[in-house]
Order: sequence, then C-alpha cells, then structure tokens
Amino acid sequence: MLLEIKNLHANVGNTEILKGIDLKVGLGEVHAIMGPNGSGKSTLAQVLAGRDVYKVTEGEVLYGGKDLLELDPEFRAREGIFLAFQYPVEIPGVNNTYFLRAALNAARKHRGEEELDAMDFLTHIREKIKLLEMDETLMNRPVNEGFSGGEKKRNEILQMAVLEPKLAIMDETDSGLDIDALRIVASGVNSLRGKERSIIVVTHYQRLLNYIVPDFVHVLSNGRIVKSGSKELALELEEKGYSWLDETVPVSERA
Amino acid sequence: MATPANNVETLATQEYKYGFVTEIEQETIPRGLNENVVRLISAKKNEPEWLLEWRLKSYRHWLTMEEPKWANVKFDPIDYQAAYYYAAPKSKANRPKSLDEVDPELLKTYEKLGIPLQEQELLSGVAVDAVFDSVSVATTFKEKLAKLGIIFCSFSEAVQEHPELVRKWLGSVVPYTDNFFATLNSAVFSDGSFAYIPKGVRCPMELSTYFRINAKETGQFERTLIVAEEGAYVSYLEGCTAPMRDENQLHAAVVELVALDNATIKYSTVQNWYPGDKEGKGGIYNFVTKRGKCQGVNSKISWTQVETGSAITWKYPGCILQGDNSVGEFYSVAVTNNYQQADTGTKMIHVGKNTRSTIVSKGISAGHGQNSYRGMVKILKNATGARNYSQCDSLLMGDKCGAHTFPYLEVKNPTAQVEHEASTSKIGEDQIFYCRQRGLSTEDAIGMIVNGFCKEVFRELPMEFAVEAQKLLGISLEGSVG
Repeated sequence: MLLEIKNLHANVGNTEILKGIDLKVGLGEVHAIMGPNGSGKSTLAQVLAGRDVYKVTEGEVLYGGKDLLELDPEFRAREGIFLAFQYPVEIPGVNNTYFLRAALNAARKHRGEEELDAMDFLTHIREKIKLLEMDETLMNRPVNEGFSGGEKKRNEILQMAVLEPKLAIMDETDSGLDIDALRIVASGVNSLRGKERSIIVVTHYQRLLNYIVPDFVHVLSNGRIVKSGSKELALELEEKGYSWLDETVPVSERA
Repeated sequence: MATPANNVETLATQEYKYGFVTEIEQETIPRGLNENVVRLISAKKNEPEWLLEWRLKSYRHWLTMEEPKWANVKFDPIDYQAAYYYAAPKSKANRPKSLDEVDPELLKTYEKLGIPLQEQELLSGVAVDAVFDSVSVATTFKEKLAKLGIIFCSFSEAVQEHPELVRKWLGSVVPYTDNFFATLNSAVFSDGSFAYIPKGVRCPMELSTYFRINAKETGQFERTLIVAEEGAYVSYLEGCTAPMRDENQLHAAVVELVALDNATIKYSTVQNWYPGDKEGKGGIYNFVTKRGKCQGVNSKISWTQVETGSAITWKYPGCILQGDNSVGEFYSVAVTNNYQQADTGTKMIHVGKNTRSTIVSKGISAGHGQNSYRGMVKILKNATGARNYSQCDSLLMGDKCGAHTFPYLEVKNPTAQVEHEASTSKIGEDQIFYCRQRGLSTEDAIGMIVNGFCKEVFRELPMEFAVEAQKLLGISLEGSVG
C-alpha cells in the first residue's frame, strides 16, 4: 500500500473541514475523488502536500508505511509526492526551466543521484514538452507569469512528467480547461500511468474521467468519504447529481 | 513542522559571515579632528601645497555645516572628535613592490573573504587595487594597463605621479562644498582609487577595488576619481565586506566620475559592510556621495549597485547629463534586514538636449528593516527632448519592516517625457509553498523569489559580480521568512 489515510481530521482555524477520511491507495492505482464544492476535496489534497494553514487534529497518514504528517512539504515532495495545483502560482523573474531543474535536482540530491546540469536537463525535458504540446518558449518565461489558464495547467503536468512522482495528486486540473486542452492534459497524465505510480484525481466533474479512467472512485461529502466504487460510480453521480448523495448519508449526519 | 516565527529566530541569529579581525599593527594619528590633523594627514602623504590648501578649505567649510537631517534614518549623534582620521598598515613605509612583499596577514584576510589576490591576478583577469584600511597595499596588472596609457592606481600615488590630472578633475563633479559628508571627506580623505582612460581607449579588463574597514574606530574616507577621455570605455567594480565590530563606524566616501565626448563609464558596486547584529547594535554608517558627470556629447554613465550591508546607508549615485544625447542609468538593489536602515536612490540632472535616464530600483525589506527610495529627476530648461523612465519596486518580507518611496520630479522643459512606475509586493506564503511542494527548501525558495525580483538589476552586473551579488543576497536574507 502506497498511501493509507486513517480517520483524518483537519481544521482551518476553528472550522473542521475533514471529518474522518479513510482511504487506501495501492501502487499503480488511479483514484478519483469527487464531490460538491466545499466537501473538502482540495483540503485533502493540500493536507497531503503539507500546507500548514490546515491543522491535522486527528488521524494518521502513512506513505510507504512511514508517517507522512511528520515531514515538511519539501521532504514529501522529494519523497515523491507531487501536487498539481488548482491555481498554479506565478513567480516573477524566475525562469521556468531554471525552476524546474532546481526542483528536479533537489529530488535527485535527496535520492543520492547526481544533479543534472543545464544541458542534460534540456535534453531530458524536450521530449516531455513535445508530449504536452507545449510552446517551448514558455520554458524561457518566468514561472507561470502571464501564462493562460490552459498553459498553467499544462506546465503543472510538465513538472509532474519531469519529476516522476510516486504519488501525483491532481487538484481540479480540469477546471478552466477547454476540451482541447483537457485532451492534451489527460493524455499527458495517461502517459504517466504505470505500475510504479499512483494518481489521485480530484475533480468536481465526471468529464475528466472520460479521459483519465480511474480504477476507483470515491465521493467526498461534508468532510467524509460517503461512497466508494468503480469507475461506474462517476457516471452514476453524473446522472443523478450530488444531491443523490444526501440520501446515502445516514440521517443522523445530515446537516 | 517549523513555524515561520521559529525559522526567523533560528536563522536571524546566524553570525555575520565575514566578521573577523586581522591583527596588524596600525599607525594612527590621535583621535579627533582639527586643522593640525588635516595638515598631518597631508604631510604623511607628502602632498603638494595646493592639495593641503584644498583640504583646509574643505575643513573650514565643514565647520560651518550641519549634519543633514532629512534622510529617513535614525541614529544617535556621531561624535566626530572621538574618531581616528587616519590609520595605515605599518608596512606602508616600505611600499610592497609585488604581492610577495605584502603583509601575509593582509593576504590571509582577503583569502578568508574568498578574494585571494594571486588567484585574481592569475585567473580572473581583474586588475585589483586593494584598499586595506586607508592605504593601498597592492596594485596589480598595472603594467599591462600602462601600455594602453591607462592609469589605475591608488589616489595617493596619483597625487604623486599625476598631480596635473588630479588637480584638474578633483572636486569637479562633487565640489568640496557639496554636502556635510562630502566636505568632511574632502578635508580628511585618506586614500582611494584613481583611474584615467585616455582618448579612444577601451579598457580591456574590469577594474576592481576591494575596500575593507579594519582599524578599530577608524573613519573611512575613501576618494575615487575616474576620468574617461573622449571615446574611452571603462567598467569599474567596487566591492566590500567588513569585519565584525561593536562600535559604529563612519564611512563617508566620495566617488567622482567624468565622461567626455562618446565615453562610457560603468560603475558597479556590491556593498556588504557589517550591518550590525540582530538587535541593531554596531554596524557601519555608510554616508556616501557618488556622482558622475556626462560632460561630453553621447557620453554614458551607468551605476549598478547591490546594497546588502551597513547599519545605515545614505547614498544617491547620480548623473549630471550635461552633454547632448548623454545617457545616465541607475540600477539598484537595496536590502534591509534586522534593524538596518537604507535611504538610497539617485539624482538624474538633465542639462543637455535629448538626454536620457533610466532608473530601476528594487528595495527589499525584511525583519525590522526600513528601506527608502529617494530619487530626483530634474529636467532643466534647455534639456529639450529629455526623457526619464523610473521604476521603483519594493518587496516586503514579514510584517515588521517598511518600504518608503520619495520621488522628486522637477521638469522645466515642456518637451520632456518623464515616466514613473512603482510597485510594492510581499513574498507570498503561496509562492513559498509552491516552491516547497516542488522540493525546494524555504531558504532556496526565498533566494529564488528574491533573485527573480532583482533580475533586471543583476543582469546589469558583470558576470562574476552577479554571482557574488546573488550569494550575498542569500546570506543577507537567510531566515527572513519562515
């Protein structure tokens, strides 16, 4: 088991957002986490990545059998956890290629591998840029600065492709993408599927799951996973809407 | 996980990396300042009568002046009678003919700073006029430069060897009456650098000086004069680090640049004087007057500075754009951390027609640092077609620091175009988290974000200096944001 979340509770300030999440993700599996706005999907993604505005109040998360919550965000990243941000951040003046190389080298150094110089790195990423049909000039621009919504998301997937994480968490990667960009992003993600990599796809809509077909679907509502199933669950959800969930929640738990 | 506050505290306690003292016998004049001290300095340097007279004139004028109070900085009154106005390593009596003759203690000091002279001489192709305290101890590459007619030597040597040039240009850009600190410098300046690039000559290497304050309670009064004759080009680098001291030390330098027709002078500074400890104790007071005169047509003077040190910085490198079509530039990064205060900027005085100036100022404030940009753009009546572009950006780290902008515009010619842009931003928690999620440490993330912010200035620096500047910035800001 790559990731094991047990009874995870997390707060923002005094408000409890996650109210006891249980989830197991095996190596090589793709899990989709769906749910209405405010159900805690993004919070879960950010908590796994280690953002400290969220305070874990209860529960544990094991990653490769080790306590994940003990690790600072950069060590989680170097250990192979990648978060594709819903809103990728702009860093003015910092060259995109330089940034990505620094990130890769931080991980390589952590693993005791040799760091890549600028030339080797360029060779390394060129192919991946092509795969994501990215405009190569974006690589010489500052990180995400002035990128369109679609370019930012593609840049996230490029980073993911270069960093080759063990666990990729994609936070609403489909939001703000038109159908062409969605197809490109999805094929990029699909090319990264494999036995050695697990992916958690967080999404509001079923649409993305037509392209990235999950092994498992979980429905998050009000800070808890209320239903889990196979990919068909997503279709069922699409058809019936999230209000259908209310009926699946025990009466005592309804708001 | 470490909280931001913890990080700041751990890292802010880090000691000044270059804080060490070299033990060398000092030859000093007694404390305090009076006419006799001025005469004594002049006599020790065996100066001609006219220079002594100039010093005395300056001293007498200084007595009538008051310390300026308009800068946005706070400090206890300076007791000018408590300082020493002259100190020189004793080995000066027999000036070293080569590096082998230089006091090994001095050489070791430079090595600790990562700037071994021999290595520089051999590897980097930089001619070094190293100023240790007040007297130059070594000058290299002089012969090579001499073949081109370039004079690059200590100020004292220039007074002895080329008195006509010194006499012609000294005080021509910064008159002895200019301001309190410049006037004080004119009276008691000890040494500095002199560079003269003859007509049509392009100086083939970067000229460089490493300044260092070492003698306890010694005021430093450097004087630099650079003259580029018609069509000449020179790039000059000034960089410095200072050893750890408890007592405040005054540094009041004067730099004068003169560019004649079609000449270009590029003057780059990386300044890292001891900034004081994290409580704001100690540190250098850096009150400097730097000015360039674009005297000839199509001449150009470009100032680039990276200011990370000093307890207090008071400094406005400026350009007098006298020749038609002349160009003035000012690129600056100023960092204030802990209790550092900086009031810095530039003055661009447009006199000639179609003169152009560019100002790019990047202020970074962290800890309790206070950073003020003060810039004057003055377009005189006859400066038809003059243009100025000013950009002034501030970056704040944490919530106890401050950034202030004081632009002064004075436009007397209706055809002038003046643009001013300003921005203030904060290093965002989201930016840092984004970097950390990609595997970068908080320190590296901050370094990267700050260097990105300063990019427009760093790219104006000569390559090797840019690298040093980035490192310095990293050291200065370590632990500023958690």
